[in-house]
This record gives sequence, structure tokens and C-alpha cells, in this order.
Amino acid sequence: MTAHAPSAKLWQNARVVAIRPETARAKTFRFALTERSAHLAGQHYVVRLTAPDGYTAARSYSIASAPDESPEFELTVERLDGGEVSTFLHDDVTVGDELEIRGPIGGWFVWNGDSPALLVGGGSGVVPLMAMLRLARRTDMSGLVRLVVSVRTPDDLYYADEIVGPETRLIYTRATPPAFSRPPARLARDDIPQPFAPGVRAYVCGSSGFADAASDVLVAAGMPTERIRVERFGPTG
Amino acid sequence: MARFTRGFAGRGRANRDPRLPPGQYDTGHSWPVLTAEVTPRLDIATWTFRIEGLVERPTTWTWDEMHAFPPSTYSGDIHCVTTWSKLGVNFTGVSLDTLLDAVGVQTNATHVLAFSHTAYTTNLPLADVTGGKAWVAWDFDGRPLEPQHGGPARLLVPHLYFWKSAKFVAGLRVLDHDEPGFWEQNGYHDRGDPWLEQRYQGD
Repeated sequence: MTAHAPSAKLWQNARVVAIRPETARAKTFRFALTERSAHLAGQHYVVRLTAPDGYTAARSYSIASAPDESPEFELTVERLDGGEVSTFLHDDVTVGDELEIRGPIGGWFVWNGDSPALLVGGGSGVVPLMAMLRLARRTDMSGLVRLVVSVRTPDDLYYADEIVGPETRLIYTRATPPAFSRPPARLARDDIPQPFAPGVRAYVCGSSGFADAASDVLVAAGMPTERIRVERFGPTG
Repeated sequence: MARFTRGFAGRGRANRDPRLPPGQYDTGHSWPVLTAEVTPRLDIATWTFRIEGLVERPTTWTWDEMHAFPPSTYSGDIHCVTTWSKLGVNFTGVSLDTLLDAVGVQTNATHVLAFSHTAYTTNLPLADVTGGKAWVAWDFDGRPLEPQHGGPARLLVPHLYFWKSAKFVAGLRVLDHDEPGFWEQNGYHDRGDPWLEQRYQGD
């Protein structure tokens, strides 16, 4: 991993070129840089807001788009009530705005697209995993990836039109779509696709509670703990 | 790039707590959990803490042996690089000064690499873990430290960003050079002073 570790670049401007809702509480912001966004699947950018008097607030947001040759990338941001940055992004930012960003950052929770990966995401934790799924599909490497996504209800599913596919297994914990065969329940061992591919690495992302529960399920299913990488989304609004 | 963000006024800084370093916010009663690995369940019956490397007497202590040292408490603030700070907390454990005195640090030592019972590591200048600035802590606000927060014991170096306070700490390797740890190999700053906003490499 060290060879790919980025030295986080200085702040640069990114222009918002599109905004679209994912759910009632999440929006995807598409940004354009002046040069290629050299990110890896799983990394994040820091977004910094600056007030006229110099006060700043910055938060990290996972990149949802696959690495490609484009100067554009996407961040999906959940609106956290009271969150200084996420509420501003949701309520005030419009297409054409320029925001300061820094990154891409992170060298651990990263999939390089060339080894088997089992992705397990809860709620908003699907964002960096979506970058991995998109990378796999874009490079015709979908066979390497299995994705399990846990959401409370169908309305909570990000990328609903795109995420379904042969790689993806959806888990609903509170309410399912009509005629969905699996009853609503928390992630369990039977939800984990098996057998594991040789050399598989698991990427778990979600709230801390989800991450611990999902890790326990993976270990119970036979995944060695040292093969599990975890990213916990905290309430850092 | 001294420009400002259209429409952003920011909030709350008229009453901003002077204990908050730049770019940090007060997380209040919550304590976010950020761990990159599976939370281990460590048994204090077999738990150990070790100091090795450039010391006169490399030593491994058991849980009970660690608790036989004079207890030491930190009361103050902690700061996470993800921008939350938690103010007015109390940790109790043993001062690293006590442990380093017990093993006898060699004169050519300059840094330590803290390692955990997981694969986690983090690097620190020796000067940042001596002089009453660092602990191995097992109590938080008077109660045993929970596993999600690094229990049964974690390193505590509260004047630096909190990834330096290695959860599930297993020991220190005393070195004569700086050796980047887990996050430091992955883009984060080698020292991590929150008052200087040393978040990432290059800061």
C-alpha cells in the first residue's frame, strides 16, 4: 500500500458541475478539477468552507466515482442535522460554485481493482464501495467483486438504479420492496456470499455499530480478521 | 488560496471554546469511533505491554504488573484529525515516564513506534511521550475503557491528534530514527500537532 500512498496535495478549487439526489438525505455532487482526479477507489477528499473572516470548516467525504482519466469526480454527502458542512453543501451549494478541496487521501481502505474483494456496506457506508464497484465494472473485472449492502428501507438505498447487478446483494433491515424474498432482518452469516475467493479481502464500511456487527458476521463466516479492512463513518457533519 | 466560499458564514465561533484547536468542533457527549481494523476482544488475563528496542532492559508487563505502578490521570481534551474534539475528559493509567524510566532508554534514542495487539502502529518523537505528556490508559471517566475506544488499554498522547493514541496498545519500540506507522504511511502527518493543523503529509 505504501507505494500508492498519496502525499495529500495542497488545496485546490473544484467546480460543482452537477448535483443529484440519491435519497431524501443524501446528494451526490459532481466536481470538475483543472486536471485529472488521481484518486483510487476507496479514497476521500476533504472539502473546506471558508467564511469571509477566514473561519473555516472542513470535512472528509468518500469518493463515489471510479478512478478514470477524467478531471471530474463525485462525492456523495449525507445531510446531518446540525452538521455545519453537510447542511451547507445540501442547502446552499449550487451548480457552478467553486469549493476548496484537498486530496485524494487514504491508502488503507483502497481497492486497486486487481484482487478479489468482498464489499460490505451499511447505509451511507456504501459510498467508497460504490467507487470500487464502478471501477470493477468499468474495467470488466466485476468477477472479482461481491457487494453486500444493508439499508433500513428501499428509500435509504443510494445509487438504486445502478447498484443492482450480479455482484450485488441487497439487505433490508426494516422494510423491503414488494415481493422481495428475504424478510427484513439485520445482516447475518447467510447474507455473506460464499465460498470466499482465494486471497479475498473484505472492505467493511458504515457506522461503527454496523462495522462491528458486519465484522463479526464476516469472522463467523470464516474471514480472517487480518483480511478485513474497516472504514467507520462517524457523525462528522 | 485566500478566497472564501460563496454564502458560507460559519456558525458558533462567537462562543467558540478556546480549548478547540483550529478546524475542530466540540463533539459534546458523543465519542465517535474510528478504527481501521476489526475491534479485537482482548483478555486482561493474557494482555501484556512491552517496551523493546533501544532500552537497557526490554520488559514485558502483565495487566496486574502495569496496575502495580503508581496511577496517573490526564484531565483535559482530545482531538481527532477528522475534526472532532472532546473536551474535559479524564483518563487514568500509568505515565509512560514511569515505564520508560523502568526500562532505561538509551541515549541515542530519538523516536518510538507504538504497536497494538492488532496490526496497528504509530510513530512518535521520544520528546512527545516523555515529560508528563503520554500514558497507557485503561480507565475513562472512572470506568474501564471500552473495546471500541481501544480497551482494555490504549496509548494516550492527548497533545497530538488522536490517531497517535494507539488503541489496543501492546508496546513501544524505541528507535534512533523515525519510522512511519499505519496512518503515517497512508498520507497522514508524522507528528500530528492539532494546534498546527498537522493533519496530512505536507502540513
